[in-house]
Amino acid sequence: MTTDDESRTTPEVEIIADEATSAEVIEEIKTARDAANWAQLTGALTVGEVPAEARNINVTGRRQTGPMQGFGKMWQKTYRVSLGTEVTPHEVISEWKGKFPDFWPEGNRFYGPLTGIAPGDVALLNLTMPGRLKLSTGVLVLYADEESFTFMTPEGHMFAAFITFSAFEDKHGDTSAQAQVLLRANDPLFEIGLAVGGHRQEDKFWVHTLDALASHFGVTAEVDTQVVCVDKKRQWQNARNIRYNSAIRSGFYMMGTPFRAMRRSGR
Amino acid sequence: MTNEVLGVRDGGSGAAIIDIKGEVTARSEDALMGAFSEANEGRPHSILLNFTDLEYMNSSGIGLLVTLLVRTKRQRQQLFAFGLTDHYRQIFELTRLDEAVGIHDTEGDALAAAGAT
Repeated sequence: MTTDDESRTTPEVEIIADEATSAEVIEEIKTARDAANWAQLTGALTVGEVPAEARNINVTGRRQTGPMQGFGKMWQKTYRVSLGTEVTPHEVISEWKGKFPDFWPEGNRFYGPLTGIAPGDVALLNLTMPGRLKLSTGVLVLYADEESFTFMTPEGHMFAAFITFSAFEDKHGDTSAQAQVLLRANDPLFEIGLAVGGHRQEDKFWVHTLDALASHFGVTAEVDTQVVCVDKKRQWQNARNIRYNSAIRSGFYMMGTPFRAMRRSGR
Repeated sequence: MTNEVLGVRDGGSGAAIIDIKGEVTARSEDALMGAFSEANEGRPHSILLNFTDLEYMNSSGIGLLVTLLVRTKRQRQQLFAFGLTDHYRQIFELTRLDEAVGIHDTEGDALAAAGAT
């Protein structure tokens, strides 16, 4: 393993380490090594300041979900691109965090904090879906360090998922960038959607993202895609997740737009 | 730099214990899955993960635990964890792994919950 312990040590830990004598302090150091990289535990998700055009109809008040809370089959999808030797993994992650929305396909918006991506941030997503549906959902930044960052999805998102973005030196000495999604469809409707084109759309989305990231670093390379079905069983006890389905709620929200406009204009 | 060291031992009465030392990250996959295979040689009904000597875990490590959880469910086994510091307990709650993995303070508590004592 070639982890960089020093880069993960916070200044506070260094101060404590100078005076470390007791087992209690040593224990504190052990836990503090990654403490700053994780989101702090909160109750329901809350969204900070976002632009007026960002719709927040499916995030505030929701809980974060991982693959254990989802409904459908569990998939691990890995998208990887080689960026050569001119750029380091730390530089890749720094750029990716700082300009995350710039690499997304056109028509999809990511409304995160202007300062980039940090643990505990909640970002809103407005995604273009088939049928011109603008699906509104979000993500929680679960974890972020200098080599990777991970999103967790809210209830009602298409997926109950961990989405991890990382960069590392591969066995040839090249820097690789990777997006890995560990997901289940959140409810039966999204599971059907995945089966009838959703998987293909998801794959295109992340291949485009990694293509754009590679182009940013002046590299043209093919994105390698690997898909593994980790669990073929569906979790029927979570079928009721459909009550939060963000596509249904976004559809109703779009249908109500003319009425909201009329109400605002006083007619 | 710390490498993960995984030990496997028999907890008695159908429980196997995997002792996790060091780091759990994406690089731990082979070691963790190897330890899981070794633990299953005795066909235990429960797998206990001992986190007492865990030093570092990132989100890829949590992803590995999710995969391990799926494997135990597939084999109709129960998965338990013990020895987590408050910090890692919070991580389990944050990622909602605590809803699927039985978390206990000590090995004895975990073995009792697994019905092995």
